[in-house]
Amino acid sequence: MSEVIPSNDNFTTSAGRQLLLFGLLAVAGIALLMIALSWATSLTSSTSGAVEGIDPATKTITLVLAEEPPQLNSTLATDQVSGMILGHLMEGLLRYDEHSQLTPGVAERWTIGEQEATFWLRDDARWSDGQAVTAHDFVFAWRTALDQANASEYAFILFPVKNAEAINNGKLPVEALGVTALDDRTLRVSLERPVAYFDKLVAFTTYFPIREDFYTATAGRYGADADTMIYNGPFALTRWVHGAHVRMEKNPYYWNSERVMIEVIDFPYVTTDPNASLNLFKDQKIAYTGLIEENLNEALVQRWHLHRFIDGSIFFMEFNHREGHPTANYHLRKAMQLALDPAELVYKVVKLPGYLPAESLFPIWLKGVEHNLRQEYPPPQVALDLQAAQRHLALAKEQLGVTELQPLVLLSGDNPLSNKQSEYYQATLKKRLGLDIRIDKQIFKQRLAKMTAGDFDMVLAGWGPDFDDPLTFGDLFASWNLNNRGRYANPELDAQVRIAQNSMDPRTRMDAFGEIQRILIEDAVVLMNYERGVVYVTDPRLKGLVRRAVGPDPDFTHVHIQEG
Amino acid sequence: MWRYTLRRLIQGVITVWFIATATFIAMHNVPGDPLSSDKAVSEEIRANLEAKYGLDRPVTQQYLIYVKNLLRGDFGISFTQKNREVNDIIREHFPVSATLGILAIVFAGLGGVLWGALTALYRNRLPDIVIMFLVILGISVPSFVFAALGQLALVNLNDLLGISLLPVAGWGTVWHMLVPSLVLGLGTMAYLTRLMRSSMLEIISSDFVRTARAKGLPATQIFTRHQLRNAILPVVTVLGPSIAAITTGGFVVEMVFAIPGLGRYFVQAVQQLDYTVIMGTTVFYGAFLVFMVIVVDLLYGWIDPRVRLE
Amino acid sequence: MAEASQNDSPLSPDAFDLLHVERRVQSLSRPSLSYWQDAWIRLRANRRALISLYIVLGLLVFTLFGPLLWPVDPSAQDLDQISRPPGASRAAVIVDPYQPWDGKSFSPMQAPVQTGLRLAEPANAQAVRLLWDPMPGAAGYRIYRNIFPMNPGDALGLPLAETLTGADTTFEDRMDLRPRRYYYTIVALDGLGEETKAMEMLPVEVTRVITLEEAKERGLVGADAQLVPGNAVQLALHPLGTDYLGRDMLARLMYGARVSLFIGICAPFLFVLFGVVYGSASGFLGGRWDHLFMRFADFVIALPFLLFMILFKIAFGIGPGESGIMPMVVAMVMLSWPATARLVRGQILQIREEGYISASRLLGARTGYLVLRHMIPNTMGVILVTVTFAVPSAIFTEAFLSFIGMGVAPPTPSWGSMCNEGIKTMLTYPHELIFPAVFISITVLAFNLLGDGLRDALDARMRSRE
Repeated sequence: MSEVIPSNDNFTTSAGRQLLLFGLLAVAGIALLMIALSWATSLTSSTSGAVEGIDPATKTITLVLAEEPPQLNSTLATDQVSGMILGHLMEGLLRYDEHSQLTPGVAERWTIGEQEATFWLRDDARWSDGQAVTAHDFVFAWRTALDQANASEYAFILFPVKNAEAINNGKLPVEALGVTALDDRTLRVSLERPVAYFDKLVAFTTYFPIREDFYTATAGRYGADADTMIYNGPFALTRWVHGAHVRMEKNPYYWNSERVMIEVIDFPYVTTDPNASLNLFKDQKIAYTGLIEENLNEALVQRWHLHRFIDGSIFFMEFNHREGHPTANYHLRKAMQLALDPAELVYKVVKLPGYLPAESLFPIWLKGVEHNLRQEYPPPQVALDLQAAQRHLALAKEQLGVTELQPLVLLSGDNPLSNKQSEYYQATLKKRLGLDIRIDKQIFKQRLAKMTAGDFDMVLAGWGPDFDDPLTFGDLFASWNLNNRGRYANPELDAQVRIAQNSMDPRTRMDAFGEIQRILIEDAVVLMNYERGVVYVTDPRLKGLVRRAVGPDPDFTHVHIQEG
Repeated sequence: MWRYTLRRLIQGVITVWFIATATFIAMHNVPGDPLSSDKAVSEEIRANLEAKYGLDRPVTQQYLIYVKNLLRGDFGISFTQKNREVNDIIREHFPVSATLGILAIVFAGLGGVLWGALTALYRNRLPDIVIMFLVILGISVPSFVFAALGQLALVNLNDLLGISLLPVAGWGTVWHMLVPSLVLGLGTMAYLTRLMRSSMLEIISSDFVRTARAKGLPATQIFTRHQLRNAILPVVTVLGPSIAAITTGGFVVEMVFAIPGLGRYFVQAVQQLDYTVIMGTTVFYGAFLVFMVIVVDLLYGWIDPRVRLE
Repeated sequence: MAEASQNDSPLSPDAFDLLHVERRVQSLSRPSLSYWQDAWIRLRANRRALISLYIVLGLLVFTLFGPLLWPVDPSAQDLDQISRPPGASRAAVIVDPYQPWDGKSFSPMQAPVQTGLRLAEPANAQAVRLLWDPMPGAAGYRIYRNIFPMNPGDALGLPLAETLTGADTTFEDRMDLRPRRYYYTIVALDGLGEETKAMEMLPVEVTRVITLEEAKERGLVGADAQLVPGNAVQLALHPLGTDYLGRDMLARLMYGARVSLFIGICAPFLFVLFGVVYGSASGFLGGRWDHLFMRFADFVIALPFLLFMILFKIAFGIGPGESGIMPMVVAMVMLSWPATARLVRGQILQIREEGYISASRLLGARTGYLVLRHMIPNTMGVILVTVTFAVPSAIFTEAFLSFIGMGVAPPTPSWGSMCNEGIKTMLTYPHELIFPAVFISITVLAFNLLGDGLRDALDARMRSRE
């Protein structure tokens, strides 16, 4: 490349000066543009900028929201974030206290019988506009949740109420629902069958009250925005900029507002990116962040006070028990059960304290008759035993009539952990049993569709509790349960589930759960992976944060700011 | 000119229809079920949901309804945010993406022209070498690496200074925009710099510049009137596609910096198979890009009188 | 010309005389060079382009022949060496296979003599077994682990577990143990589960270990090696370290190169080819056909690229065990061709009107000759510039899709997905990000510079400048 025109320094300098001017103009222009844009976006803004994670003066805590709640209509809510926010905004008949025990909410006292439950509501329960919360608000909410037109995915949780299922299937009008307001303060519920855990059910989101006149006035937009909702919980939603900002302020009309020690819970950031949360915390912009395994080292280097917590969900590898799938064979499942060690998965792949190697479908925190279910009914131990695994594999091949098994399809989600996990399973099963595994990685809804259609041999799945009773896990593999995606059908297990569902006697029920646990492990129905855990860090001044496996989590309603 | 504009607009409308149809076809061939949820729902509830979103009708009928609603500017109701209209989602989140995009494209355009002209002027000397090295970095490092590093740099800078100089994430003020839009515009800026440099070099050795110099025109005049103006032309041509790349490519930055833009919604919608949001966003972005290309073409005719708009 | 005059004029004897003059003129001129030879000479003169060419060839060799020289399975997991940076020590000690601990048996030489927080057995990377004396009034204990010594008041590190009763005074730690020094702390808890002031600390040196079985299986020692626990071995060599599952980075980079380069080269090649054919057909046919062809191209070009890329990606779906590379390439080709087509058509239309084409036509050149001799060489520059920018952008697109979780399916490695994984650990294990990122950068850069060089070498207009 030779110069065509010899460069002329005079020319260059003067042109350079010209460029400098141009550059300065550009910078000025950009500054102006930014000011203009800033004004324009103030309409959709989220933060005022310099807010710190904790502000003792205004009693404000600032936090990051992993995802935006799809909507805050309690009859439609299905996800954990909605549950968390609604737990701050609303209160059901009962609620969970700071020790995760059931405690009176809107209902002052209650009786639960085999056929009927009665709830007496407190006088001072108020909506955020000052009106009283009445029994009619519950009747309306439950009817709405079951209304076909509402198409609620969680309608099933109301099915213990008389006629609920028939209403949801359109066979009966909503007025036929077995719930009546005897007067403004008394709610009578007729039950479809004896429900030992009905007190726990009514603390659930779908059972929250909704006020009819307000709901009707929103014309189908109830819970879509901050101003289309009305609250009866410790906090009220004062701002909701979609995808950007959720702000809750203390609800002065809440009957127990003395117990709420902070004024504002602010979520000006919405991001799923764990690194963004970490950086915000490092910058002291938020008071709490969860940590992923990859960030633990950094947290240690920063000398943060870390906490761990078991979030209540349990994860497992589900087999397809439908005919034609090799995984319907007991010996093949058993071979895999004996060749895989959940402890290795947790300690070498997941690597996050708080996660526990799962030994049973029933997590360790579930209560039994008096103590923890798992202490009263220890699950059968399964130890890594490669020789036994090989024997079972040989038997499986013999029964299936093949010398080489066809590759097995492992359906997996698209989050980073399930990627790691399925890669680990693929390599380990190949190494230990010579099994070929094909990973079928799908985005969320496509994975669900394949699970429902039974288009898999194994699938990585999990289950989070809806209410604080072993049954929330116990009926998962009943032959009629639609969430039993592998279509496991065992009359022996079904019988135990029925006992657990219909009995009112704790001992009988726990015995049934013990049996269910034994069958699930001995028949290798699923391979247990882990109980999910969380490692998190909070601002040291933030005290009283409540974590719980069942119910709204994390719970900031008991939080206070400790200065100094 | 007006007739040309009108014709382009009509073509644009047809193009948008094409995009809408392509999206519809693609969407309806996606395996999976937008109505499935974590906890299995019964046949009856499913039927209720299908009826609500009109998925129980035959595909051709769905298409006709879809086109009819499009003509009225109605994209329907989101599948995941069950009582929010797609129109609302676009109205609330597109301005955010657009702001980010405009700023990024301004950074990229001005920066590209400036650096490009500078490097051409100081060819093979220090400024050229330094800038070209940065350009090389700019075009060879993936944007998400830049975004992550940019945020990390911000945190450490704030930590070092002991004050919050610039926010690490979030949205709302000028300061929130600065780093994300720079990161977003970086790749394009590098590309435009290269383009500007080569077109500048070509112009410098062209006959009319030689003539101008021979005539004894002042250097500043030659530089601005002859060189810059002509060298910018190719840059303007690629500006249209660059706007496309930047506005639709913003979601990496939006995800990393927790910015409530439309791009992030789109990615979420895809993961959730939220039909209406996916179709709405795609069609809307398609229309937006078609419009931008028309604008850029008109702009081009205005800058370069040799181009007759026919 | 010579032919023509021979045909026209009648022959005469002097026409057979030797033409000395002409021969002398010819000997003065440069040797005749074809277009491509000429281009090659000019490319060789361009040092940057040449180096880039070597880099591109080197990358191809790396991905095609690398696995022959470094025959390590990229999906083989070495859970004893997770996220190991390059150059770290590989020394390990043979141990017995892991046996579950009941919390009661102790190594005889250690347990009885000491008090306070102590090791029940020698610590190694399999497990650290701790034991302590009950603290008065404790209703339980919380166990922390840190990676550096703490001053009073400091955070105690990673909370590993809690024991439920004050009588549980043992704990086994197996959580992601690395060969290094750890600092364990146990804190007594009161009845409400709150921490009390009572605590004890213990530094523990963890050694890297491997079972004999494992060592034999990995070929670290001979199958008949007589080793007993305590003997030293060297673990497998990983020149560029390992990733989050202990897989060899070098091997993964080689296989990742296959994916990234395949997508990066295959997709642009295909869509440019299609674009050239489509564009030149349109340019040649002209008129109504041209109009129709170009309208369609306009439609396709108006599709927002990334959105449709994602849309097509999910529409095609990935079956079990498939890597998802082909759907990505197909989607890229489907969306990217119109730009090239438009460019080529423009060039063809322009060149068709050039003076030298008319001249060549006048001289009786056929269409095929025109295309091969004039059209293609003259559009080559444009096409190559397109490819130049298409290769990096295809590689980027793949990386980008990986970032949002829509890239190639596991366990197939690609540079993009490796980068994406590496970003998460960039503070702790930077090598997991740096290596794939550097490979992407080098590739993108090499293609860019090579493209520049090719453009200069092939562009006929540049010839006059030398």
